[in-house]
Amino acid sequence: MNNSLKNKITDQVFKYFAILSTMFGLVVLAIFLADILNQGLSRIDWSFITSLPSRFPEKSGILTALTGTVWIFVLTALISIPIGVAAGIYLEEYGKKTRLANILEINIANLAGVPSIIYGILGLEIFVRTMGLGGSLLAGSFTLSLLILPIIIVATRESIRAVPKTIKEASFALGATKWQTIWSQILPASAGNIITGIILALSRAIGETAPLIVIGALAYVPFVATSPMDEFSVLPMQIFNWISRPQKGFIINAASAIIVLLVFVFIMNGIAVYFRYRTQKKMKW
Amino acid sequence: MEEKKNKYKIETRNISVYYDHKKVLTNVSIQIEPNSVTAFIGPSGCGKSTFLRLFNRMNDYIEGFRKEGDVFIDNKNIYNKRTNVEELRKAVGMVFQKPNPFPKSIYENVAYGLRIQGINKKNTLDEVVEKSLKKAVLWDEVKDDLKNPALALSGGQQQRLCIARALAVEPSVILMDEPASALDPISTSKIEDLIHELKKKYTILIVTHNMHQAGRVSENTGFFYLGELVEFGNTKQIFTNPANEKTENYITGRFG
Ligand SMILES: Nc1ncnc2c1ncn2[C@@H]1O[C@H](COP(=O)(O)OP(=O)(O)OP(=O)(O)O)[C@@H](O)[C@H]1O
Ligand SMILES: [Mg+2]
Repeated sequence: MNNSLKNKITDQVFKYFAILSTMFGLVVLAIFLADILNQGLSRIDWSFITSLPSRFPEKSGILTALTGTVWIFVLTALISIPIGVAAGIYLEEYGKKTRLANILEINIANLAGVPSIIYGILGLEIFVRTMGLGGSLLAGSFTLSLLILPIIIVATRESIRAVPKTIKEASFALGATKWQTIWSQILPASAGNIITGIILALSRAIGETAPLIVIGALAYVPFVATSPMDEFSVLPMQIFNWISRPQKGFIINAASAIIVLLVFVFIMNGIAVYFRYRTQKKMKW
Repeated sequence: MEEKKNKYKIETRNISVYYDHKKVLTNVSIQIEPNSVTAFIGPSGCGKSTFLRLFNRMNDYIEGFRKEGDVFIDNKNIYNKRTNVEELRKAVGMVFQKPNPFPKSIYENVAYGLRIQGINKKNTLDEVVEKSLKKAVLWDEVKDDLKNPALALSGGQQQRLCIARALAVEPSVILMDEPASALDPISTSKIEDLIHELKKKYTILIVTHNMHQAGRVSENTGFFYLGELVEFGNTKQIFTNPANEKTENYITGRFG
């Protein structure tokens, strides 16, 4: 067998293997989605969204969990975005390239891989106990912010680094200060990628359960949270709670709540894709 | 430090530059008259860009950069502790080898230098944008598309836009680091014509790999070799009757 034929066969084998792998992932996802939709879709109506949880599955709704998720989303965004983006800018543009900075850099990247329950324990110690926030929305948001800060910092740094150095030079050469260059050139040019990173980080945050269980978020909250100091539940906790019930009705509720959560996450990912697409179209260099 | 007044626009005295421990410029002293074009030639890596970037202090960003000796512009030591680097760069504009417009509109590219000075009045900006684009001989080509992205322009147009952008902040010196090396012959000759025009009002320093270009645009030429300014003088003189053997070898193409 000659070489070119061998190459061709390897090529083909690899191609079909890749297609097969991709198909496998897609099929599993499709089965999962079909199953969830099949179970839960019929249960979703306006009253499901606007009802408080109840002992009776047919009367139960996700109002508290959904508002909790929205609260957590907004608060976590307010806390993590300014801190994460500022830290990313600082590390990339101002931080001296010392040994310490190097160690810090490696560790921030690693932090993104720490199991989320560890953040829960940290949050329990710092926010719930030391700062006395209790099992409140604020404590939960701070904890989730800790969890996603590394992701936002890394995304910010990578987006900033992707802006060509020539842009920076051009700005400096016109007499711009460092801050002017960052604010008027680097951030606008990297905003699309930074926003994508932020949205992906936030969609991770609203899917988390473990750290919130640790800090004492409740599975059953009979009221809608009206302030950041209120106790709360979130969709994943509600789902977790329902799935562990024996009644069939609650299992259906769980499937419906999963659909709502998925829609939430899909919309956010859609926005992320849109921003990435827009930046790519606008920024050709 | 004594700052003796003289008629030169730019002067370096015994300037040496190091990147970490590597010496890339050795004892370069030069005097440049106002409203002239000075070309710098020499083989790759001999320190031309480093030399040029001394005058707007762009080397300051390079890690390990260190210099000895002094650089004067308008009789002011620009490496003085009191020097405001941003002010210096408004007076000493730069055009880079590869056109590097901002990913913004044509208009905003030219207006940027003013905006960062806090000038945001529309009338003023409109005026300056038009004037600068006219000076860079780009106005007629883009006057109806000022809101279009600068990156949609051709390479040659982009480079003229970069020149317009530099002119907008009214510098008195313009540094050009191989401004035409990424361009086609027609764009190149447009840039060269432009340099001829600009020299009436500006002092221009240009690095080029193109010997003919140096011959066409400059009054004076400096030849760098391994970090030393081997020869500096009248362009015609250097090209027809170089004093140094290395210069002659380089110009006749025996190395480079
Ligand atoms: N950022 C840097 N860090 C360290 N050394 C550098 C840096 N930039 C340039 N050098 C070195 O300094 C020397 C002079 O470089 P410079 O860019 O000034 O040369 P040049 O004459 O402009 O070359 P070319 O014609 O290729 O543009 C070279 O030996 C180069 O390797
Ligand atoms: Mg160079």
